[in-house]
Amino acid sequence: MKIRLLAIAHARSGDKGDTANVGLIALRPEWFPLIQREVTLERVRDHFEGMITGAVERFELPNLNALNFLLHGALDGGGTLSLKTDAQGKVFSTALLRMSLDIPDNEAVALAVKTGENGT
Amino acid sequence: MKEIVRVASGQGFWGDSLEAPRQQVEGGAVDYLMLDYLAEVTMSILQKQKERDASLGYARDFVGAMDSVLTAVAERGVKVIANAGGVNPPACAAAIRKLAESRSVSSKIRIAVVTGDDLLGRLGQLIAGGHVLANMETGEPLDAIRGDVLSANAYIGSTPIVEGLTRGANVVITGRSTDTALTMAPLRYEFGWGASDWDRLAAGIVAGHILECGAQSSGGNCLYDWRSIPDLANVGYPIADAKADGTFVITKHPNTGGRVSVPSVTEQLVYEMGDPHEYITPDVIADFTSIRLRETGENRVEVFGITGRPPTDKLKVSIAYRAGFKAVGTLVYSWPDALEKAELADRVLRERMDRLGLRFDQILTEYVGASATHGVLVQRVGGQHRDHPEVQLRVGVRGGDRNAIERFTREIAPLVLNGPPSVTGFAGGRPKVEEIVAYWPALIDKNVVSTSVEIV
Repeated sequence: MKIRLLAIAHARSGDKGDTANVGLIALRPEWFPLIQREVTLERVRDHFEGMITGAVERFELPNLNALNFLLHGALDGGGTLSLKTDAQGKVFSTALLRMSLDIPDNEAVALAVKTGENGT
Repeated sequence: MKEIVRVASGQGFWGDSLEAPRQQVEGGAVDYLMLDYLAEVTMSILQKQKERDASLGYARDFVGAMDSVLTAVAERGVKVIANAGGVNPPACAAAIRKLAESRSVSSKIRIAVVTGDDLLGRLGQLIAGGHVLANMETGEPLDAIRGDVLSANAYIGSTPIVEGLTRGANVVITGRSTDTALTMAPLRYEFGWGASDWDRLAAGIVAGHILECGAQSSGGNCLYDWRSIPDLANVGYPIADAKADGTFVITKHPNTGGRVSVPSVTEQLVYEMGDPHEYITPDVIADFTSIRLRETGENRVEVFGITGRPPTDKLKVSIAYRAGFKAVGTLVYSWPDALEKAELADRVLRERMDRLGLRFDQILTEYVGASATHGVLVQRVGGQHRDHPEVQLRVGVRGGDRNAIERFTREIAPLVLNGPPSVTGFAGGRPKVEEIVAYWPALIDKNVVSTSVEIV
C-alpha cells in the first residue's frame, strides 16, 4: 500500500546557515519502527534531488520517536544572503512529508495506518 | 531553596509579540522572565546604530517590555534575564535605570550588566595572535573579508548571568549570549548547580531550547492536529517549572490558548537541531537522544532523563559582514494559464537584463502559488496542477554591483504594460535595494574571552 509520510508523521524544519534541518516525528509511537526502517538516508536524498545542492545526514532519536535530517546546500546561501521565499527552511518539513512509502498491506492493517489520517 | 523555579518565556526573537512579556507576568506566578532579542545579524544593525549615536546599540523594544512588567519586578520579586544589551549593554542598563526612576521604583531595581562578548575592537590583535576565525561552513579565514566586518561577538554561557544573580540583581542584561543560557542560568543559580553538574546543566539547556522560540512549543507553528489547537489569538507562551534534580514540566498559564503537549514540545525539540547527541553550548554538551517526555496533565509535559557531558574549549563567535546587495520584485498573474504567463514574464525580464549587460551573482525565480516552497519536488510527486487562480512571479537578484541591482528594480514595473497579460499586484511600488549583512560563524578559544559583570 502506498502512503505519504504525512499520514504517519508530523515534522518541523529550521535552518543553520545554508543547511535546513527537518525533524520527522511519528504521529503515534507505534509507527516509529516503520518510519525508522523505511525513511532511509538514500530515500530522503533521492526525494530532495534537485531541491538541494549538498549532502544529506540522518540521525535517530528513538526517545522522541523521531528522525532528524540535515539537508546541506538547501537555502541559496541561507539567512540574509538567500533570495528564496523559504530562506530559513521553515517548510522543508512539509516537503519531506510529501514523500511516498510502499508498505506491506498486512503491516498497514496491523498498525491501523490509513490514507485519510491527518487529512491526507 | 525553592522547590520549583518557574521560568517564563516572554520573547522568542526580536520582533516577537509585544504583549507576551506582560501576559506572562500577569497570567500567573512566575519567578523569572526570559527575553531573547538577538537573531543572527541583529548585532550588525545595532552596531550601525551605535556608530551614529554612542548611546544606542541595544534592543530598544526591551525598554517598553520592561515598562510593561516593571511592577511585577519591583513589587512581586519577578526577575528578568535578557540579551537586549546588544552591542551596548551599559547603555541598555542606563535606559532601564532611567525608566525605573521615571516610575519611582528605582530603589527596587538592581541591574547586572554582562560585557566581554564584544570582540570587534580586538579582531586585529586576535588574528595576529593566530586566531583564524575561519568560517565554520566554508573554512575561509576571516582575514579574507576583514574590511567588510561589521560586528563580532562571542556567545557567552551562563556563568556571568549566575554571577549577576548571585550579586543580587533582579534584572540581568547581556550582550550576545547563548539563548539557552538565559533559561539555564537562573536554574543553576537557584539550585546551586556546580559547573560540572553535567546532567543538570544539560537539563537546563534543554529547558532553554524549549523556551527560546516563545510560543513555538506551546501551540504556535504546531503541525500536529493544528486545526484543534484552541484560541491561538490568545496563545499562552511556555513556562518551565523546574526542580533541583533537573527534571521540569513545560506548561503555560491557565485561561490562555494554544496547547502544550508531547507533540508540540517534540516539534520544538527537533527545531534547528544538528547532531542530537551533541548539542554544544559553552557550559555543557547536552544529549538530545536522552530526553524523555511524558504528558502529566492538560498542558503539562514532564521532561526528564537528560544527560550531558563536558563542553569544548571553544566559544562560537557570531560575526556579521557586508556581503553585497539584493532586491526582490514580484508581480501577480491571473487565470487562465497564470503559471505560463508568469514563466513568460520571467524569460522576458531575464532577456532584457541580459541585453542591458547587467551582471549578478545569483538570479532566483520562484512561482508563489505553484512551486515556491517545494520546488521541483512538486512535479515529481505529481502534485502540480496548472489551473492556478493566480501565481505570483517572484524574482530576486544578488550581487556586488549596486547599480545592477538598482537597475533590476526598475525593470519590474514596465512588465505591467509591455509584458504578458493579466498582471496585477504591483501597487507596492518599486522594490527596494537592500544591503546584505551576512552571518559568519566561527570558533575561538575560551581562554581569550573574559566577561565582566557590573552592578549598576
